Amino acid sequence: MRRARASFEPERTGSAIVVDQMSESFPASGGARHADMDEIYAEAEHWHVNTGNETIHAKRIPGRWRTIKWLAASVWLIFFLGPYLRWDGRQAVLFDIPNRQYHLFGATVLPQDFWMLSLLLLFFAILLAVATALAGRVYCGYFCFQTVWTDVFTLIEEKLEGNPAQRRRLDAAPFSLKKLRTKAIKHLSWALIGFITGFSFVAWFYGADKLWRDFFVGDANVAVYAAVALFTVGTYVLAGWMREQVCFWLCPYARIQGVMLDRTTVVPTYDEGRGEPRGRMKKGETEANRTTGDCVDCSQCVAVCPTGVDIRQGQQEGCITCGLCIDACNAVMDKVGRPRGLIRYASLDEMEGKHAPPMFARPRVWVYIAILVIALSGIIYGLSSLTAIDLKVLHERAPLYVQLSDGSFQNKYTVKLLNKTNEDLDIAISVEADVPVTVTRLEDSIPAKHGEVTPGILFVKIRRQDLSGESVPLTFVATAQLPNGSEIKASRESAFFGPTQ
Amino acid sequence: MAENNPYPGENNTGHFWDDNLRELTNPPPRWWMIAFWASVAWWVLYAILYPMWPALPGHNVDGKEFTPGILGWTSIKEYKKGVEQVEAVRAQYDKQIAGMTAEQIIQDPGLLQYTLASSKVLFGDHCAACHGSGGQGNPGYPVLADDDWLYGGTLAKITESITNGRKGAMTAHVNILSDAEIDQLANFVAGMSQGGKGSEADWALFNAKGCVACHGPKATGVIAELPNGEIVTVGAANLTDSIWRFRPGGYESAKHTITYGVNQPGVAQTRNAVMPSFAQQGKLEGRLTPEQIKMLTVYVHELGGGK
Repeated sequence: MRRARASFEPERTGSAIVVDQMSESFPASGGARHADMDEIYAEAEHWHVNTGNETIHAKRIPGRWRTIKWLAASVWLIFFLGPYLRWDGRQAVLFDIPNRQYHLFGATVLPQDFWMLSLLLLFFAILLAVATALAGRVYCGYFCFQTVWTDVFTLIEEKLEGNPAQRRRLDAAPFSLKKLRTKAIKHLSWALIGFITGFSFVAWFYGADKLWRDFFVGDANVAVYAAVALFTVGTYVLAGWMREQVCFWLCPYARIQGVMLDRTTVVPTYDEGRGEPRGRMKKGETEANRTTGDCVDCSQCVAVCPTGVDIRQGQQEGCITCGLCIDACNAVMDKVGRPRGLIRYASLDEMEGKHAPPMFARPRVWVYIAILVIALSGIIYGLSSLTAIDLKVLHERAPLYVQLSDGSFQNKYTVKLLNKTNEDLDIAISVEADVPVTVTRLEDSIPAKHGEVTPGILFVKIRRQDLSGESVPLTFVATAQLPNGSEIKASRESAFFGPTQ
Repeated sequence: MAENNPYPGENNTGHFWDDNLRELTNPPPRWWMIAFWASVAWWVLYAILYPMWPALPGHNVDGKEFTPGILGWTSIKEYKKGVEQVEAVRAQYDKQIAGMTAEQIIQDPGLLQYTLASSKVLFGDHCAACHGSGGQGNPGYPVLADDDWLYGGTLAKITESITNGRKGAMTAHVNILSDAEIDQLANFVAGMSQGGKGSEADWALFNAKGCVACHGPKATGVIAELPNGEIVTVGAANLTDSIWRFRPGGYESAKHTITYGVNQPGVAQTRNAVMPSFAQQGKLEGRLTPEQIKMLTVYVHELGGGK
């Protein structure tokens, strides 16, 4: 920050000088195109690089990347609407922490299946890596909740307080009832969005219908109120007040993603070769005899930047690669009749005219994709092979075996039956082996409540003459009937131990 | 230093390193300061609500050597509350078990699970030292997980054993039998454990020397079977099965036991086989209540050999 501020100083003094020159640059006779530019230049003195000491009031302009940004942001509607999706008479996706059951549409995931979570985390970690390697901080620019919520908050600000210039004027204006009313409405709207955010978040864990019933009459538990309060305050402060400062100072991803860029990463880049030396358009200067580069130094790229950086200084920590400067620059280029793309998505190599291999000719991309595919197939395998019952067999170790009075040997086993269905089941257990075995102390069936682990004890007896080695492999099979008549099974390998021969 | 400041007019402290590396006096960001003061406020609030300060010497509060805080929270209170919660859950089961017999407990899968789980601790405290953590026995101490019982493996007999304790007794035959007779009997016993039936001469000697009195007419340790199925036993071992009361078993073990007997005072090499009584007696601490004995009975019965 300190370094950045020091290096921006000359820039600011420089532009102040230009502003003076600018005031006499375009007479009205300069044509429609130049009249537009006058307006832009007149506005330019307001734009300077973000040093963290004042609120960024970014200008909103329409464009291709702006549209894409809204489309990406709209995915977050799932966050708000998802909890109301129903499946089989209950909430489709519900992370029921008190009961340790995670419902994902038809599947119920219990803590025992949580190895899949590590694959899911791996998947998203690598996805972040691959996205960053290919297109820089594209997550930050289009999808990050900080970006999206800030975008919505500033949109509300614009609707209530007007464009950036009006907002700055209002901020500087003395206290008045009108100012108070405008500000109050704004802050209330922000807080309301914060509350809806927290409410929706909790709905994923608490159940949306139950939350609507309990929350407003004080029947929900402390954790619910605390979570909603935390999210309300957090959203209000982070998206309303801190905004891009979060990206600069709080967010670890910004830094992690920052170091994952390389020379082939495609990010919004200012074409220095084309743009420099930048200079304002002057009276009487034609396209043929101008001495300046394509950059007309209008500062529109700074004006629209939600983090207030100047993309012309190259890729930097503040750039969230949202592409809004591309929209701004293209609009200006259209006005002055110069080709678009002075700022565009391009890699460093491409800008320097080096050979830039297509995305899918890069081994790095394939390695990332391979990891993604492995993690994803693991999750799909896990979800598709979720057994309805889970059988675990624990062999008693002390004693490993017991000799009975008739000379046969007996082993003790504790079976643990996890019933993952939504019904209480009676589960029968049988033991399969290559030699004759007798199973004792085994009830016809073990009643297993749904979502719970039910233990049972059983003994396996093998006659001395049938015991050929020190151990005999056994297969335990658990069988149960679902209410609809279909049979479900689970099996588990174990072993029978006898004395050393 | 300041007079050589190459960056005059800048808010620096005048400390320079490496020409241009310098310390500035910029204030921290405002959010940072807000967070800082919020932390301080938190700290003050915490000090008021929770025990934090040691009390001044001689100014103990409620006998405690620290300021209790207005919430009155202590970790021991929280711990006790947790224990209460656990005990409330256990109380429901314990109440049910109090009104039931051991047989009834075994019939109820839920209560059986509870009994087995909670008696594991009792077993570890009172039984495992001799009988092993899983009832696997130890040299000189019987296995509880097999189906061979000296005093009977029914619930009633197990309760009796735990309540009153057991003390085995077998005469030392060193001065009663000749070496040849001891040898013959030891071979007879060792043979039967391998499935042998014994010769007529063996059985004659077994009957003549009084072994039959305790070990029973079939040498199974059962003196008589009552019409109701119960057995009469004095705790003598079953000599016909594969299980040995005194390890390692076989001829030498049998010979030793026959020669020196069990629990014979004054015989240096006699076998020791004493189990103390575990019933609560008077104000003796560390012994078991009837409820605990009932639960342990179920536990031992379910180790694998209960009858």
